[in-house]
Amino acid sequence: MANVTLRSVRKTYPGGFEAIKGVDVDVGDGQFCVLVGPSGCGKSTLLRMVAGLETVTGGEIDIGGRVVNGIEPADRDIAMVFQNYALYPHMSVYNNMAYGLRNRGMAEAEIKTRVEEAARVLELSSMLERKPRQLSGGQRQRVAMGRAIVRQPKVFLFDEPLSNLDAKLRIAMRVEIRKLQRRLNTTSIYVTHDQLEAMTLADILVVMNGGQVEQVGNPLDIYEKPATTFVASFIGAPPMNLMSTRPEEIRSQLAGSNAADAGILGIRPEDFVITDDVPAGGVALPLTVEAIERVGAETFVYGSREQEDQRVAATPGELPPGEVIVRIPGTQAPAIGAKIRVAAARAKLHLFSDDGRKRLEA
Amino acid sequence: MVEEEGFRRYVAHIILWIGIAIVAFPVYLAFVASTQDNAVIANGQMSLLPGGHFFQTYYQTIFVGTSGSTREPVGNMMLNSLVMALLIAVGKIAISIISAYAIVYFRFPFRMPIFWLIFVTLMLPVEVRIYPTYKIVADLHMLDSYAGLSLPLIASATATLLFRQFFMTVPDELLEASRIDGAGPFRFFWDTLLPLSRTNMAALFVILFILGWNQYLWPLLITTRDDMQTIQIGIRKMITTTDALTEWPIVMATAVLAMLPPVLVVVVMQKLFVRGLVETEK
Repeated sequence: MANVTLRSVRKTYPGGFEAIKGVDVDVGDGQFCVLVGPSGCGKSTLLRMVAGLETVTGGEIDIGGRVVNGIEPADRDIAMVFQNYALYPHMSVYNNMAYGLRNRGMAEAEIKTRVEEAARVLELSSMLERKPRQLSGGQRQRVAMGRAIVRQPKVFLFDEPLSNLDAKLRIAMRVEIRKLQRRLNTTSIYVTHDQLEAMTLADILVVMNGGQVEQVGNPLDIYEKPATTFVASFIGAPPMNLMSTRPEEIRSQLAGSNAADAGILGIRPEDFVITDDVPAGGVALPLTVEAIERVGAETFVYGSREQEDQRVAATPGELPPGEVIVRIPGTQAPAIGAKIRVAAARAKLHLFSDDGRKRLEA
Repeated sequence: MVEEEGFRRYVAHIILWIGIAIVAFPVYLAFVASTQDNAVIANGQMSLLPGGHFFQTYYQTIFVGTSGSTREPVGNMMLNSLVMALLIAVGKIAISIISAYAIVYFRFPFRMPIFWLIFVTLMLPVEVRIYPTYKIVADLHMLDSYAGLSLPLIASATATLLFRQFFMTVPDELLEASRIDGAGPFRFFWDTLLPLSRTNMAALFVILFILGWNQYLWPLLITTRDDMQTIQIGIRKMITTTDALTEWPIVMATAVLAMLPPVLVVVVMQKLFVRGLVETEK
């Protein structure tokens, strides 16, 4: 039972590279916090700093009311699940889970109770005598979880624990992790680059980019009100369509609002409808259909705008300039090459400042 | 095609058998000679089939020795060789695994210079530094002792490098998981690294044991007492070139006996040995 508070945490490597540029995050007791961002954004470094595997060069990390900056990982009362599981290859499943407890001098009877309880929860009871190499990826993953659970720590740390699993297993384990965390009610910090994992798991979502926090908040709030164009295009798949407001075509439609100051307009693919009507205050775009992806429940339409758009601030998952994705129900599918008109209501528009760093209310 | 496959296999087997014959014949000859009467060998009329002196010759070789000036039972020589080879093999592994651990897992001043220093000693084999080494061993009063036989040969750059390479393939997460599990440097070494190095250690042990067993120059220099001589020196001393008749059956029996321990080590540890050399999966 513990809060985790990061106060202007910094990490500068000896070579002068600044990996973490001052991060403030407050994870409440029992909450599930997800750090998400593209590779190299510093999310794993930040997690490893909480674990004590990386030194902190500035700021404070506070776990359960105790500043842990100078404390050894073993004494921080945390447990970590690694991306490649990091199971001890020469130890049985039982010993893998029991090792940390033995090092703490716990009585063998108590260890047995805890390991067997964890094994029961994780459905590993029949495999306690096996070695990690005799287990499948999903089972290894569960052993790694078991090793964390038996410690009954104040905080669980997950470093991309699902990225080595296949897609189907990943979804199943994702649900498992969430259920387990709810039941144990242990504060957790989870690192991932997968925005879907982030959205589904998080109580608090921290979107990171370039060693800084872009936005912190409830996942749905972040989805609905992304603070920057980076967040807008990182959260949500397919990504939000971002376009400059400079072309006359768009500027005229936005006239009469504070949108005049906006440099970038964002519209999510799912907020478009194919229609010839222009909703009052909304935006309509004529498109030529370039490609179609039908995935059953929905159809993605890739259309190009008539006018070439100028490039908008670089973001992950960015579309080529002038291309727009529209997400429509699976029953519909315009023909390739067709000219269509798509429109989005005023309430669905996202407006950002010229540099994409500031959200403006429409 | 099937016939050709069969034919090719036939040829391959013949070539292999020829190879085996070339390697095995001298060994066989040594064994046959060790079971013959010395007079027959001296006459040059040795048969290619084993003679009837097997038990007599081997009993004399192991427990009595030659009847010439160097009367030292080969049993004792083998014990000396065994102790020396074991001390060298075990000592080399122990020292080099510890130094590799220090170099790979600890950050201390002059870490890289020290690593290079170890590396550079590869260029200085025993033969090159034999005089200073002898002087040191003599000054430490270690002549004619097991310590003198083995200690100077224990430091090993090769083994250190081998362990270093192996440790660098061990995932960092294992160390990190150990740290979170509350294992300090000693526990991590003992509980995780040592068990993982098992096959590597076995492979090294085989190589180093044979290396130690076959030492000639160094034992020749520092042993003067007959009861400290190793089997490799003993064989040489049995072959008299001057007045007396060389007792060839005993020399050959000694040669056969000298071959046995390395063969035994290889046979017993073969499985681990091969795994240690080829295993990549961690």
